[in-house]
Amino acid sequence: MKATVLVRPKAGILDPQGEAVESSLRQLGFPVGEARVGRVIDLEVSTEDPSAARAEIERMCERLLANPLIESYEIELAEEG
Amino acid sequence: MKETQPRIGVIVFPGSNDDQDAAWALGALGAEPVRVWHADEELPQLDGVVLPGGFSYGDYLRAGAIARFSPAMQAVTEFAAEGGLVLGICNGFQILCEAGLLPGILRPNASLQFICRDVTVVVERADTPFTARCEPGQELVIPVKHGEGCYHLPPDLPEEQIALRYVAGENPNGSEQDVAGIVSAEGNVFGLMPHPEHAVDPLLGSGDGALLLASLVDSARERLYARA
Repeated sequence: MKATVLVRPKAGILDPQGEAVESSLRQLGFPVGEARVGRVIDLEVSTEDPSAARAEIERMCERLLANPLIESYEIELAEEG
Repeated sequence: MKETQPRIGVIVFPGSNDDQDAAWALGALGAEPVRVWHADEELPQLDGVVLPGGFSYGDYLRAGAIARFSPAMQAVTEFAAEGGLVLGICNGFQILCEAGLLPGILRPNASLQFICRDVTVVVERADTPFTARCEPGQELVIPVKHGEGCYHLPPDLPEEQIALRYVAGENPNGSEQDVAGIVSAEGNVFGLMPHPEHAVDPLLGSGDGALLLASLVDSARERLYARA
């Protein structure tokens, strides 16, 4: 089963990359508000069972993919394998 | 005088680049440096461990996030749990934070720029095994060179774990509370962003880093005597 993990800096955590993107967009004439930069991880897990897949990816996030001190994560499972 | 030389391991990860300087500096200050490969599952008999600077595993994902799972780091974690002395310099500090051996985490510099220059740090704690040769409040000039040195404190970090601070107004990376170095609650694990191994001789611009590394060598020697 394919899945996508979105990792984001938590609210209140300094995000200099987001700030740089935000000011570049404004320079280009886009009147944006706050921009934040995170990370996308596409991966494939061996199970086809959605709840087992979610549980396994949560363990991956807690151990490696995100640092819970500064980052939050969201898991999206593909509709069909 | 070989028997008075404490053995201090320097863990070499793929992408470490200050391991040779660290080993040289420890040797110059009276220790016997022992280089340990990251894939080794067991540490040799050691009186202390240094995690050197560099870019282990390319700093992929987050600096230190992948190195913390290397076999040698599992052994270092056990070594630290038994009270062993562990010093992390720059990337080594990042690895210790990711491994949970030190609180907090290091994030990209607020300026997003790589910084390479001398900074002045203040010794807040002179009573650790890594700072005992310093005076409280002493200022040390030591170079930094990093892209991810902005320290983020966990919400409940006790003030006494902040061992080194950048001098007010000279914070190079946006670290919260000007933190430059942290000591563990138990006092046997220490991490800092500046590179003491690059400041052990006035010929290199400063000898102040030798105070920190020689403190480690002294403490490791005490461990050696206790073991003998």
